[in-house]
Amino acid sequence: MNTASVSLGASVSSQSRFMQLVLSAFLGIFVIGVVGFSHIDAVHNAAHDYRHSMAFPCH
Amino acid sequence: MNLFRNVVFVAAIAGLVAGVVLACMQAYATVPLILKAEVYEQAGGGHKHEHAAAPAANATDTNAMSTAASAPAEAAAPAEDEGWAPADGFERFAFSVLANIVTGIGFALVLVAVSEFAGGIGNWRQGVFWGLAGFAVFTLAPGLGLPPELPAMPAADLMPRQIWWVATVVATAIGLALIAFRTSAPLTVLAVVLIVAPHIVGAPQPDSFETPIPEGLHHQFVVAVTVTNLVFWLVLGAVIGVVRGRLTGTATSLRDSFA
Repeated sequence: MNTASVSLGASVSSQSRFMQLVLSAFLGIFVIGVVGFSHIDAVHNAAHDYRHSMAFPCH
Repeated sequence: MNLFRNVVFVAAIAGLVAGVVLACMQAYATVPLILKAEVYEQAGGGHKHEHAAAPAANATDTNAMSTAASAPAEAAAPAEDEGWAPADGFERFAFSVLANIVTGIGFALVLVAVSEFAGGIGNWRQGVFWGLAGFAVFTLAPGLGLPPELPAMPAADLMPRQIWWVATVVATAIGLALIAFRTSAPLTVLAVVLIVAPHIVGAPQPDSFETPIPEGLHHQFVVAVTVTNLVFWLVLGAVIGVVRGRLTGTATSLRDSFA
């Protein structure tokens, strides 16, 4: 991993960098959670085949 | 929010590409098996899970994807109130594709964000290795305790399974990170403990494993899910590496990178 030291946001401070990365990760987790884990019937039915195909707990 | 914008940009492209690839693989590998299983489910009449394949009125369509499911539609148990569901055929397929792309972007966001902490994915080959890690964390580890299941298969209550799934993913991710990025022996031992622990606790299991689904069909499904997910993660990692390399203008040469 040592050659990839150039960052996607080279000019941001380390604290801001940390917060932005954490924010991105949480956004991703939120999206996966809604589509894959929500108990709302309509969401479950819409993504039904997807949930089975990803081996997400379903039903 | 320069960094955030770049992470979202890379993740959106990678998630889109990998999601479309996964949706195509699913259309051939996993969805036909799900439709077959729904035939058993409806024939069994038990209708254990809370979704309808489609309102019985629409279930006689002749779409190629759902021919397997259309035969026993008359025998289907009277639908409970299960909320809206996409109509069989194109609509159902379209929503699956959408779900694949949206969660593909979600997985990509997580992968890009986590890998940035470790210096970032510099090229497609590093991406493949990050993809392997994602596959191990999100597919292999939870799949050991909760194998991919078909409709009509017995399962424990949803909530405990979801909790076990999430806990296993988190523990495995931390374990792999400790092994990859910490060099001390005690931390490696801790990593192994973290990875093994969820399986000692054990995933929530159903009271009875009785199911109308043939063992062969289920096995085929487990293989299909695992392999399609492997390809998804490899593509996702590789595309992240390529897009990120373009963005930072530092496509590192493969020769001097560990991978």
